[in-house]
Amino acid sequence: MSAPVPGDAVRGGAVRQSLASFRREREADWKAFEALLARVEKRAPRTLSEEELLSLPLLYRSALSSLSVARATSLDSALIAYLESLSQRGYFYLYGARRGLRQRIGDFFLYDWPGAIRDLWRETLVSVGLMSVGVGAGAWLVASDKGWFDAIIPSGLAAGRGPDASAELLRGMLYSGDNGFLSGFAAYLFTHNAQVAILAFALGFAFAVPTVLLMLFNGCMLGALFQVYWAKGLGMELGGWLAIHGTTELFAIALAGAAGMRIGTRIAFPGELSRMMAAAHAGRVAATAMVGVSVMLLFAGLLEGIGRQTITSDVARYAIGGGMLALWIGYFYLFQVVRNGDR
Amino acid sequence: MATARRSRLATTRSLITPEGVDLQIKLADAGTRAAAFLLDVVFIVTAAIVATIVALLGVGGLGTDEMQPLFIVWIILIFFLRNVYFIAFEAGRRASTPGKRIVGIRVASRSGAGLSVDQVIARNLMREIEVFLPLSIIAGRGGMGVADTLTTVFGLVWALLFALFPLFNRDRMRIGDLLAGTWVVEAPKRTLMEDLSTRQDPVAKAFQFSHAQLDAYGIAELHKLEEVLRRDDYFALRTVAETIGRKIGAAPQEHDARPFLTAYYGELRAHLERKLLLGNRRADKHDR
Repeated sequence: MSAPVPGDAVRGGAVRQSLASFRREREADWKAFEALLARVEKRAPRTLSEEELLSLPLLYRSALSSLSVARATSLDSALIAYLESLSQRGYFYLYGARRGLRQRIGDFFLYDWPGAIRDLWRETLVSVGLMSVGVGAGAWLVASDKGWFDAIIPSGLAAGRGPDASAELLRGMLYSGDNGFLSGFAAYLFTHNAQVAILAFALGFAFAVPTVLLMLFNGCMLGALFQVYWAKGLGMELGGWLAIHGTTELFAIALAGAAGMRIGTRIAFPGELSRMMAAAHAGRVAATAMVGVSVMLLFAGLLEGIGRQTITSDVARYAIGGGMLALWIGYFYLFQVVRNGDR
Repeated sequence: MATARRSRLATTRSLITPEGVDLQIKLADAGTRAAAFLLDVVFIVTAAIVATIVALLGVGGLGTDEMQPLFIVWIILIFFLRNVYFIAFEAGRRASTPGKRIVGIRVASRSGAGLSVDQVIARNLMREIEVFLPLSIIAGRGGMGVADTLTTVFGLVWALLFALFPLFNRDRMRIGDLLAGTWVVEAPKRTLMEDLSTRQDPVAKAFQFSHAQLDAYGIAELHKLEEVLRRDDYFALRTVAETIGRKIGAAPQEHDARPFLTAYYGELRAHLERKLLLGNRRADKHDR
């Protein structure tokens, strides 16, 4: 670094380490690492040769050690910033992706999704309970006073259905067949329901209060509609109309509500963890459940848009609805894949 | 100076790798994140408009018979744009959306472990109540022509409450970050720049400095000098050369500002690095 002491320059051909030679000697490694990183960040690691793949962690460690040396001995801030950025990129790449996308998807359907739903069983029970209470309340309110129907169900959604509609009109709505716009309608229903479910989840953050209200209100709407049909002697028929997709859809919304409640209750009562940590833990379980919920809603949308309009037999409707429910329950709670080793 | 360093430290977090090196990651500031988000919104809206125009042209060209499949594709595409855009990009290898990539930031797990897909999903679903819900309330009211001031104010307050949440906590977290256990850090791509102390300048060799002259400054000033030299702005160089010249009692010629500073930088850095090796880190000129 300072002026060379005479006779100190070269002894036996060995290179003497100094600050200037530090950068000269290591620079090639840094550049190689940078080039390799740029490639793997853009394309899959499969495109690397075996040799390059093996050199990746070595180059990463060399960059890290260079960073330590540079921090301790060099005052070139551009060099340190470069090495910091390089090491950080390397760290995030090497320690970031632990599972490939295909394996992740497989794991999701085999373990993560049913696991998250099982983990939420208590909240799910509460959520289903709240919806049932809502159904009872809605039916009772409309039975006691017809005026409640308009208050509970927005007129746009009711589309002419109401306590004063004739039995023929109500029956016609249950069995109106193909109207040429079915699958588009299904797609619309899916995105609409998914949005409602996301809302039920996201609102859980406010100590679960809005989620609880949303679940109750959802039940209320169902109860009010049910009461109108029941009064006209069409209860069984409405049951079939709802069951074909409703078992899947209502279950999905109940699960979304459960996910929201998990977050809300964990923030309110974090237990031994800090509030932040508890929220983060709950958030991850709930998010996994939510992806599953959107898959369920996709099924529900298809059943509602296509199945309900084309299948008009009550028995078939009940059979499909019951079958779907049995399928979901079996998948979530009965079918448990044992995980061998760690992932 | 002191405030600048404090604000730098306030946004620096230690991230210790399994190899035992502290990477000292820097949290992205709120302005950068807002810029990234706005860029993403621009991309999403552009894509949505293009998709709509293509769908309308399709209806025009193919006739109304083909409307149904087009409608399905369109509605699902819009849904994906709204909900999957952020998740898909952040779950990728670079953990950042195109907007984030442009401004040089990325999502990282607060624990320092790898970012999992669950975390990305959780942080992005919360955006629904942070941004889209209040906006759609306002838009919905406006569409029905009943946008009274109360709902608008309520929507705005809600939106602001969540939008400004990152300003109210130390780690600059959104609600979504809080739930997912993530934060957003700076991840700039830097290129290796030349070492200024090895710069060959024939005029610079003429300058010699004494020990006393080199003792005038510390590391903070050295870094500022490096910045000025790298920026290479003629007037800035002249001003700095004059200031340093006055302080150390040397008077360089006006047109010699750059070589003078190059020479002084090289000598000062060698001087301070020598001290550093001997265990004396002189932070700035006030440090003795």
